[in-house]
Amino acid sequence: MRPFAYDRAETTALAARHPTAQGQTDAKVQFLAGGTTLLDLMKLDVLRPERVVDITPLKARHSGIEVGPDGLRLGGLAAMAAVADHPAVKRDYPAIAEALQLAASPQLRNMATLGGNVLQRTRCPYYRDPSWAACNKRTPGSGCAAIGGFNRQHAVLGVSERCIAQYPGDFAVALAALDAEVELVGPGGARRISILDLHTGSDRPHIEHSLRPGEVIVGFRVPAAPWARRSTYLKIRDRQSYEFAIASAAVALDLDGGVVRHARIGLGGMAYKPWRAKAAEAALVGKPLTEDTATAAARLALEGAVGHGHNDYKVELGRRTVVRALLAASATEV
Amino acid sequence: MDRTQPEGPSRRHVIGAAAGIAAVPAVGSAAETGRAAQSDASGKVDMTLTVNGQARRAMLDVRTSLLDALREHLDLTGSKKGCDQGQCGACTVHVDGERVLSCLILAVSVQGRRITTIEGLAEAGGRLHPMQQAFIDQDGFQCGYCTPGQILSAIACVNEGHAGSDDEIREYMSGNLCRCAAYPKIVAAIKQARPQMAVSPGTPAKVGQV
Repeated sequence: MRPFAYDRAETTALAARHPTAQGQTDAKVQFLAGGTTLLDLMKLDVLRPERVVDITPLKARHSGIEVGPDGLRLGGLAAMAAVADHPAVKRDYPAIAEALQLAASPQLRNMATLGGNVLQRTRCPYYRDPSWAACNKRTPGSGCAAIGGFNRQHAVLGVSERCIAQYPGDFAVALAALDAEVELVGPGGARRISILDLHTGSDRPHIEHSLRPGEVIVGFRVPAAPWARRSTYLKIRDRQSYEFAIASAAVALDLDGGVVRHARIGLGGMAYKPWRAKAAEAALVGKPLTEDTATAAARLALEGAVGHGHNDYKVELGRRTVVRALLAASATEV
Repeated sequence: MDRTQPEGPSRRHVIGAAAGIAAVPAVGSAAETGRAAQSDASGKVDMTLTVNGQARRAMLDVRTSLLDALREHLDLTGSKKGCDQGQCGACTVHVDGERVLSCLILAVSVQGRRITTIEGLAEAGGRLHPMQQAFIDQDGFQCGYCTPGQILSAIACVNEGHAGSDDEIREYMSGNLCRCAAYPKIVAAIKQARPQMAVSPGTPAKVGQV
């Protein structure tokens, strides 16, 4: 690991003074929260910050979990484990609790914060190994070693000729399905953005998200909705536990006697960023939820998917994941 | 909190701990940035870690992981280095009663927190923690390398209330890999220790609880 200076920020106002560029691999200043991504990538010499600003003191004010009539509010520095185990979250927003519980390991869930988790970087092995020169995420303009390389785990949605990296997280996929907003505090004050606007696209892979310098994720808001209780997160992986998704779906349904009033579908494990399948949602409205209607929706969800050889299987796996998740949600007792 | 060095304004005057690199602009006045690590000319930091109830002081490079601090500098080699990437669980310790991976924690960042390692589980007289005894009774290891991490993780698994069934134990122990595949016996050990920990709060079984 390269040398760095270590600082602690006791408040968001103090954190905001640091010119972080969290989303860029060449950032000179990085915030440290749970450290499970940052320190890992610093050991691998992928991230090389010259200053690390420890924001764990912000936990004191920004780790609350509140379930109210307007919805769910989660502190940005809450531990993944605390939210996964919260009885009201499990009852009212099961897709959120399940996505967190199925992620990583118990130790990592104790360490990692929600804000850090949504910003988790790709597990693309070419990104994680600087001995591969070609990586547009690490070095803009250098190419993509995964295209034409071993790309079994890579994304099929939202990819470009510049980058086919997979967004590896689970929680952000559930947030995407449930119309969540991200609360930010930075030098310019506080603002809220849609979770769908947090991560940026594969056309500029070296920029991962839309946070401004010095901005900290202080919370997430998930609006109360009739579909929130009938929500679930289905994660498909190569082994039963402690593994990243190769395909996942967060779905939520509002049913009227078996007929879909509203549907929400988020996709993970197969997309460049947390993905929302709005065309598939629209196709379900007004129809009974059956294997046939779910299959038709799943086809729309994966429309435009592009495989690169080893990951071609994800197009069909993705469809089946959506179908299974929809059928599971419709069968849920609420 | 057991510290060998007083907290307070006297320590609130140094920004950051540079480890011999080009200057990075410091931000804010020193007092405003709060307690930071204090580095000497060589880039080392005077740290105090509270390990197994004892305040331990050392001059360490700011990059030092908690695992390396324990093993290389505090002579606590029970915590093991497997992957050093947060994937195997061999380095599991408790910080403030919660299981975490010491290889992905900067030692400087956990000053003032309560760290428990495998060396801190047995009673002073040598009587083992029920989970340690259960691993022996159930033959829950072969080579033993993953065992300290397994035991710390297993104690937390019970304390968290995640040891209700065999399946739940397997799921909540999935962050600890065992290359010898002692998994069935690890499950048996946790089931043996679980009631002993529950009926004797206040005994060493409580070690690691918040």
